[in-house]
Amino acid sequence: MTAFAAPTTEMAVSDAVRAANAQHTALRIIAGGTRGGIGRPSFDVERLDISGVTGITRYEPGALTLEAKAGTPIAEIEAALDAENQMLAFEPMDHRAVMGTQGTPTIGGVVACNVSGPRRFISGACRDFLLGVRFVDGQGRVIKNGGRVMKNVTGLDLTKLVCGSFGTLGVLTQVALKVLPRPERSATLQFQDVTEAEAVGIFCKAVSTPFEVNGAAWQNGTAMLRVEGLDTQVSYRLGALQKRFQGANPSVLEGEAHRDLWTGIRDICAFAQTEDTIWKVSLRPTAAPAFIAAVQARFNASAVLDQGGGVVWLAVPSAVSDQAAVVRDLVPAGNGHATLIRGSTDLRLAVPVFHPQHPRLAQIAEGLRAQFDPNGILNSGLMAA
Amino acid sequence: MSTIEMPKPDQSVLDRKAQIVEALCKVLPSDSVIFDEHETRAYECDGLTAYRCPPLVAVLPRTSQECAAAMRVCHDLNVTVVPRGAGTSLAGGALPTADCVILGTARLKDVLEVDYDNRIIRVQTGVTNLSVTGLVEDDGFFYAPDPSSQLACAIAGNIAMNSGGAHCLKYGVTTNNLLGVKMVMADGEIVEIGGGAMDAPGLDLLGLICGSEGQLGIVTEATLRILPKPEGARPVLIGFDSAETAGECVGNIIKSGVLPVAIEYMDRPCIRVVENFAKAGYPLCEALLIVEVEGSDGEIEDQLSRITKIAQELNPVEMRVSESDEQSALIWKGRKSAFGAMGQINDYMCLDGTVPVSELPYTLKRIGELSKQHGLDVANVFHAGDGNMHPLILFDANKPGEQEKAEAFGFDILRTCVDVGGCLTGEHGVGVEKRDLMTYQFNTEDLEGQMQVKDVFDPTWLLNPSKVFPLQVSAQRRAGPG
Repeated sequence: MTAFAAPTTEMAVSDAVRAANAQHTALRIIAGGTRGGIGRPSFDVERLDISGVTGITRYEPGALTLEAKAGTPIAEIEAALDAENQMLAFEPMDHRAVMGTQGTPTIGGVVACNVSGPRRFISGACRDFLLGVRFVDGQGRVIKNGGRVMKNVTGLDLTKLVCGSFGTLGVLTQVALKVLPRPERSATLQFQDVTEAEAVGIFCKAVSTPFEVNGAAWQNGTAMLRVEGLDTQVSYRLGALQKRFQGANPSVLEGEAHRDLWTGIRDICAFAQTEDTIWKVSLRPTAAPAFIAAVQARFNASAVLDQGGGVVWLAVPSAVSDQAAVVRDLVPAGNGHATLIRGSTDLRLAVPVFHPQHPRLAQIAEGLRAQFDPNGILNSGLMAA
Repeated sequence: MSTIEMPKPDQSVLDRKAQIVEALCKVLPSDSVIFDEHETRAYECDGLTAYRCPPLVAVLPRTSQECAAAMRVCHDLNVTVVPRGAGTSLAGGALPTADCVILGTARLKDVLEVDYDNRIIRVQTGVTNLSVTGLVEDDGFFYAPDPSSQLACAIAGNIAMNSGGAHCLKYGVTTNNLLGVKMVMADGEIVEIGGGAMDAPGLDLLGLICGSEGQLGIVTEATLRILPKPEGARPVLIGFDSAETAGECVGNIIKSGVLPVAIEYMDRPCIRVVENFAKAGYPLCEALLIVEVEGSDGEIEDQLSRITKIAQELNPVEMRVSESDEQSALIWKGRKSAFGAMGQINDYMCLDGTVPVSELPYTLKRIGELSKQHGLDVANVFHAGDGNMHPLILFDANKPGEQEKAEAFGFDILRTCVDVGGCLTGEHGVGVEKRDLMTYQFNTEDLEGQMQVKDVFDPTWLLNPSKVFPLQVSAQRRAGPG
């Protein structure tokens, strides 16, 4: 991929896109380059590198808001938040381990791909914490939407539209996020030797209590329930949950090992070292055990459950040739979808990376892209079904 | 007397009333089509009562299919449609034009599914906000968004306006609690977006539809997130002798790591009126905060002690921690009766701008200056934790010119909100009320981008076309391609 431009300002991004649009040059938007393996591969594209559009532009801890240019490294944002005991509550996954990439994850990449983590099913996804954006569309127009306040219903919510559009509607230049206080203490109850079905039973029961469980995952036969908050809250919640699950005798994990455990779940480290193809399947939690069993009846596959069972991570040996069709057939129709997160170039060319949509919805998406990127120069085809 | 302009009705549509009614009667049960001029009057306005206009026809479908059939008729006959939930919009979101069909969700009342294991409820969108909580609360659950009109307002309108409430700081607004919709498109096709699984594939159309003010489609069914009810909640009331100190207190509480479920604010003019009305025992001071936390008794105790410690350092004129349910009710009584109390003594206009929390003291000062300049009193009561302000402008609707004066004052306040980095509306929506201010917050390209999205969903601009975008800005599109 040859370099097209590496602008450092929004205006320069706009100039670069205008030039590309005039010449019909197809661009691949890149900053840290840690998530480039997601989506349909494309060839004959040139690189628009926005890693130079960087820096935190405003941070008001008392207002729980942070504004940063799109190329700002996540690490820089997390360090600033850390100093004020705050955090990105949607816990964005770091894709480097699983994608085998090197670079520096940026906030623009997180927002463009709507990347979230284990807390997503309770606290919300990246899109729920995104207050506003500035972006350059495929014609070089600078468009702002939303703002930097927590409650804002002024006009159409293009902010959410752009979040998770994988750069196919515009090049993000700036984002505003809601942040939250970092919990004073975190702890996890671990249930050993449980099946997927038992784990989902534990999750449903636990998440329906008022004890604010904000992590519920299962891997290698262990189910985990995370509680966070002020010191007294965590003590109380652990005790209350232990009482609810008296017979199961779960153990308590805290401290550094606890943090590593959830980072590992967030980043699907269980699958990082394999050569398998990786799917992220979203469905109703109670449908997860039967789905996994049905997949495993067809071929060898390992599963990790996250987000209370609402997300199933599947690792399937890459040699299984009909896996996309099987996985998508087995997802409950209308109540689930499967995204190919890691797959070979051939596979990503052969099957849709994103779950195919109802034709009318696909037509709307196509219509929206035509409005913002009429010549199809921005990450063109990346989300193609 | 009104200053907000609506487009002139299309005479050719008015002339075709009989044909339109006949076509609608063919696809809907006869009691679902309302066209008698006395009866259509029931739909002449919403919560923005200063503006009224009976629609040409109102239809009240009972199913998504009936809704789609009605929409198809309007599409084929090129008649504009104004969707209406319960008609509680304070922004005029459901204000008709004389040549429109009102498509109301009032009879879409079915509860389709309650799934506690997955914490989901699926309803038709004519159900009221509060009744969703009513359906699940005996089993220990609730639906979090709680606009103050929750007794009356419908889920359809909540989705259209992306409604908020007092507890957003912790639970978010409608868009954060909406998992899926069934929606009738402008051409009558029914689509489903999202559902029981998180993060639907493709572009986030659900996020786009929530808050689109009935301009992209008519949502007939919604899948909503329900949450387990907290064990308990208790407020503390804190009074300060300056807005700045109260603002500092809000910031310090948030920074401390405690996340209250609500932080409400009242200023002196508001306290005075409320105290006369509700006798809640509020101190007459410059700024009153009600901070509420949730949890078990021990958790509440801990959070409140941290909050009172922070407040103590700022020398409050009064601080009262609720020790019982009765005391909690009394502390909330004044706040909850604020709008009613104000209505007893005055006509008022309720605004809805949001400002960054750090700009609250300055904004309040500026509102005070503008009040003098415009010669109208104002009282402030709002959600301080998220900066969503609700200045109440007091005026006499019977006095010629006062409505216009109040609107001009309101516009100045909303411009101030934008000036300090905030926005025109935090939870009520743009509707017609703030429509003409949109060019103050957005430039031509920002608005063009938004209108281009509507073009995709509704190419001939049939759905609620005279709202949100200034008439001049949307003129060419509203005229239609022909």
